Amino acid sequence: MRLGVLFSGGKDSTLALHRAAENEEVACLITLVSENKESLMFHTPNIDVTTLQAEASDLPLVQKVTAGKPEAELNDLEEAIVQAVKAYTIEGVVSGAIESVYQSERIQRICNRLGVWCFNPLWKRNQKALLEEVVAKGFKVIISGVFAFPLDSKWLGKELNTKLISKLLGLEKEFGLSPSGEGGEIETTVLDAPLFKKKIEILDYEVDAKGNSGVFKIKQARLVTK
Amino acid sequence: MILVVDMNSKRASLAFYEFVTPIIAIAEELDECVVRHYSELTQQDLSNCSKLVLSGSPLKDTVTLAQLDKFKWLEDFSKPILGICAGMQTICLFFGSRLKKCSELGMTQVKTLKANPLFSSSFKVYALHNYAIEPSSTFDVLAESAKCAHAIKHKTKEIYGVLFHPEVRNKEIIQQFILAL
Repeated sequence: MRLGVLFSGGKDSTLALHRAAENEEVACLITLVSENKESLMFHTPNIDVTTLQAEASDLPLVQKVTAGKPEAELNDLEEAIVQAVKAYTIEGVVSGAIESVYQSERIQRICNRLGVWCFNPLWKRNQKALLEEVVAKGFKVIISGVFAFPLDSKWLGKELNTKLISKLLGLEKEFGLSPSGEGGEIETTVLDAPLFKKKIEILDYEVDAKGNSGVFKIKQARLVTK
Repeated sequence: MILVVDMNSKRASLAFYEFVTPIIAIAEELDECVVRHYSELTQQDLSNCSKLVLSGSPLKDTVTLAQLDKFKWLEDFSKPILGICAGMQTICLFFGSRLKKCSELGMTQVKTLKANPLFSSSFKVYALHNYAIEPSSTFDVLAESAKCAHAIKHKTKEIYGVLFHPEVRNKEIIQQFILAL
């Protein structure tokens, strides 16, 4: 089955891409570029990097800009999926939803309306196991956004590894923080993954942070040989 | 030992992660767990388990509903069964019920109609279906939403079915099925 993967460039959608590629044929990536930083549906930090990630994966990218207004942004998502169906004859859509019923039920409704399959291969996955799988599979993931106490600018740009996972699990125990950022506490950007034929090198970046909120913004990057 | 039956039309499908893995995770916390695709169930699998859970499947995957001959074992099976969504629909069709169009996607309010060991009162469930059941007289309806029956029990067997997905919300229903029946 030919599938389009809803792709934000973070660890979850990239892992979903890998699961999909192990089982079916991934025909394209679909990215919504949200102008609303508070969007409940679509990630915003470093969404532009999806262009490089798609190129690294050797996959076409369907990219659509959305104002990111609640519910109205779903029309943009639907249009992007329609575009992917027409351009790449996809029969189904894959999302990296783990816990969010808000996200998954909306994606299910759109797919149902369009008559395409909907897959959520990370659904209800244990968050610790998910983080460990990402590291074990050799993903290079950095923290590109923090949005909750006690996270701060020191976390931004840090690479996900076993030590960092331990720290995140400690914060879960102490503060109830979702270790994989399911509550929007953390955003990530994937710089390398098994399916990438090249990896992403960051040439320039800036950290924009205040208190317990901040982003690691990649200003310039390129693909380099692995 | 809990036998979890994968009701996706394709064996080892991408949908396995979504509809079967979460059930396994809940069951494994309480008991040993074995998984089989519905097309590969053997008499030995059925003999070895103490209880059985039939999973759901994606909205577009209704293949089991047209393959009732694969479920003839239901006639003589006397251990507790919990069918989830496609699992419930398949059980109900096998025992003479009919399908009806009924789409509910997302959080849905249901209310309990008949006392049972799995749940009580009114509660919100995660629904993901385009078809519901018009239960035959073989079943009692245990719970319903504003649109359709959401939980049933076979009148003479320990066979339960829920149209909603307790592995997503209300996982205690699966736990209760494993512990109390």
